[in-house]
Amino acid sequence: MKAFAYERARSPREAASAAANDPGARFIAGGTNLLDLMKLEIETPRRLIDVNGLGLDEIKPTRDGGLRIGALVRNTDLASDKRVRKDYGVLSRALLAGASGQLRNKATTAGNLLQRTRCPYFYDPNMPCNKRRPGAGCSAIGGFTRSHAVLGASEACIATHPSDMAVALRLLDATVETVRPDGGERTIPIADFHRLPGDTPHVETALARGELITAVTLPRPLGGQHAYHKVRDRASYAFALVSVASVIQKDGSGRVALGGVAHRPWRVEAAEAAMTQGAKAVGETLLAGARTTSQNGFKLTLAERALGAAMAQARA
Amino acid sequence: MHDLDELQLSRRGLMAAGAATAAVSVSPPTAVAQDGPDAPVTAKVAFTVNGEKRSLTLDTRTTLLDALREHLKLTGSKKGCDHGQCGACTVIVEGRRINACLSLAVMHEGDAITTIEGLGSPERLHPLQAAFVKHDGYQCGYCTPGQICSAKAVLDEIKAGVPSHVSADLTAAPKVTEDELRERMSGNICRCGAYSNIIEAIAEVAGGRA
Repeated sequence: MKAFAYERARSPREAASAAANDPGARFIAGGTNLLDLMKLEIETPRRLIDVNGLGLDEIKPTRDGGLRIGALVRNTDLASDKRVRKDYGVLSRALLAGASGQLRNKATTAGNLLQRTRCPYFYDPNMPCNKRRPGAGCSAIGGFTRSHAVLGASEACIATHPSDMAVALRLLDATVETVRPDGGERTIPIADFHRLPGDTPHVETALARGELITAVTLPRPLGGQHAYHKVRDRASYAFALVSVASVIQKDGSGRVALGGVAHRPWRVEAAEAAMTQGAKAVGETLLAGARTTSQNGFKLTLAERALGAAMAQARA
Repeated sequence: MHDLDELQLSRRGLMAAGAATAAVSVSPPTAVAQDGPDAPVTAKVAFTVNGEKRSLTLDTRTTLLDALREHLKLTGSKKGCDHGQCGACTVIVEGRRINACLSLAVMHEGDAITTIEGLGSPERLHPLQAAFVKHDGYQCGYCTPGQICSAKAVLDEIKAGVPSHVSADLTAAPKVTEDELRERMSGNICRCGAYSNIIEAIAEVAGGRA
């Protein structure tokens, strides 16, 4: 690990401004992904700005009947919150399907959104990777690609986003609140937060340098049946091959979003018009434009069947 | 005539130039290292470990696990993968289990930390320790301190109503079942495969309800 200076931020604005003025600075909250990457020297910050003391750890009702989740709310606390369990079950379910109990106790809401891909080539400093070094090339393309993206990928990167929580937030139309280095605040719809890789896979989110997430806001509850189906290689503590977040109403209408298939949570609103016609009909639009390799084509079948399972469970 | 300070400065500059041309086999003089971007940074931190106040001055890179093992000589917590994947380093901080390998020691100012050494001793075993012995909840024993710290926190989490991936009803209080224990313990790997005995040991302490 490279040496770094360590300081505790005193306010969100001060943290944002400090980070903006120092390209070597990174925020640290739970640290479960950042420290992992620092040990491998994939991340080499020269300065860590600890944002844990900023009081951004509360969940409060909004005036619109939704919930405002502080950026530093731990994954365990968010999944356990009575209001989330009752009205946003898909979010609880997604969180509980991710990582381990130890990691959920540390990982934060904002940190979960900002975690980086688990593409094995990104994690291997001996292999070229456009995320680690723009222009170096992608080792995954033509390599072992069973876990890689089938939607929205590019010639530069076929990595997937590993978060389960983000898939539920995308389904719920959450918004991400930030403070910018000049003190200004803005709200980013979750649909615009994570980027597709394109030619710049190293640019993963809409955040500007120094911009700090302060909260994630959920709109008013949708009702319906909430579920998160995660298909993985072992029963627990593994990343998704495919996951389906769903909120389905009594009449069969509803929303679905996929995890494990793209560089960001995958939701196509137009596909949801076919919700009452079954998984195949939804899949036709949701999975349109998919590009598979010789090893990950199974993800399309899996996604359609997981969709079917979610719909059947909602009818039961 | 140069005064002493000027002489030292010019000598330092000379050594820096020497180090730059002497390639990697020669360690650069300390004075140069301290000016370089990779120079270690130290910081003070104070926390409570197993009820005892401890103050340390540490390289900021030191993980909580290394602070416990290398600096406080509490070697019960183990280093397995050092990447949060195996759970051998599990300790309880402010009542919650975490991977000590994925947390910086300097970020634990004022925290109360419990390690396996704080749960029980050879003379006075914690009920979970006694149950692991009784049920053969290990073979080599390397993962055991992490398993037991994790299990202690798991039982507290169930008591506090924290749901899990296998809880059928999110709004109901979770129960101590074998499925619940297996799911909640999934962050602790046992390469000897003592899982079924580990679950028996935890279930017995939980009240035999599994």
